[in-house]
Amino acid sequence: MKIGITSTGENLDADVDQRFGRCKYFLIVDADSMEFEVLSNENAMASGGAGIQTAQTIAKTGVEAVVTGNVGPNAFQTLSAAGIKVFTGASGTIKESVEKYKKGELKETEAPNVGSHSGMRR
Amino acid sequence: MIISIASGKGGTGKTTVATNLALSLEKVQFIDCDVEEPNANIFFNAEIKEQEDVTVEIPKVDTEKCDYCGKCSEFCAYNALAVVPSKVLVFPELCHSCRGCGLVCPQNAISWKERPVGKIEHGVSNGVDFYHGLLNVGEIQAIPVIKALKKKIDKDKNVILDAPPGTSCPVIETVGCSDYCILVTEPTPFGLHDLKLAVDVVRHLGIPFGVIINRDGIGNKKVELYCQKEKIPVLMKILHSEEIARLYSDGIPFVNELTSWRDEFKKLFNQIAEEVKK
Repeated sequence: MKIGITSTGENLDADVDQRFGRCKYFLIVDADSMEFEVLSNENAMASGGAGIQTAQTIAKTGVEAVVTGNVGPNAFQTLSAAGIKVFTGASGTIKESVEKYKKGELKETEAPNVGSHSGMRR
Repeated sequence: MIISIASGKGGTGKTTVATNLALSLEKVQFIDCDVEEPNANIFFNAEIKEQEDVTVEIPKVDTEKCDYCGKCSEFCAYNALAVVPSKVLVFPELCHSCRGCGLVCPQNAISWKERPVGKIEHGVSNGVDFYHGLLNVGEIQAIPVIKALKKKIDKDKNVILDAPPGTSCPVIETVGCSDYCILVTEPTPFGLHDLKLAVDVVRHLGIPFGVIINRDGIGNKKVELYCQKEKIPVLMKILHSEEIARLYSDGIPFVNELTSWRDEFKKLFNQIAEEVKK
């Protein structure tokens, strides 16, 4: 089962990036084997609509779920349309977050948990 | 002749100059292009007789024809379209109505629908043909509303365009179509700083311009020295006076009470007309 996690770095010891649309990297992790690939987020510097664009990019990777800190309204709408589950409130390292996800300790979110453009304020 | 009134800095007296100039002339059309905060009608008190909605076109996707190839979304510079397996999402507030998605769609699946973004209103007061535009709350694009206002320009009249503050798109849209631009500033470091930015804009647009110094007497002489050095004409100075401030705070155009100012504004207008003729 593949999940996409927003990451500040390129390996499993990196911290979860709290932003979705403007995260630095995505780690596409196989939750069972812990094998992963790194996607650099080209939309991090988009002038607008970063969440929408990032959500489309992620949808193409075929992940079942996205794990991140926060997600805004447009990104959430796009991910939902693509049938991808969204788990917010993740923090700590990527490895820890995958473990929490597997144990069911992360909560699936039913709605965006931050407003538009919140990733621009960081 | 079309005269635009701009400033760079907010609160320098654009609307004060624009309205008092308008009320000193004959055959005037006044258009308040500051569609985010149109307040010139406080001075005019024109009764609004007509209203028009301003709409923009956004894409509508025919899901029968669409094969979710994603070309529309790849094309859109503003990320206003998202294509995920078996769904296309349109984000209306991000769309700039360029119609590019329709051009690149191989299935011809995109048509257009109107989306309201604001309105324009018309009235007449003291012989002045008055228009202003109102952008809906939450909308980010002022340009369509300003464009709708500009369609109302009557070239047989003396047209005065009251521009928004700043130096970005709405200012350029307003000033860009004028024959002459008056930049209103105040003699303070803040006025000077933003005046320089506004001068860069009008020079870039290639529009003849001059400066009016409002609240003359406060601050310092640096605005005047700057204008001298840059060979920018100082068209008028409006003394910082309690009388003018009091009338302003009551929403009264000062030419209505201090009638000798009408001649000053007429002279200013004639001077500009001469300059434009050259």
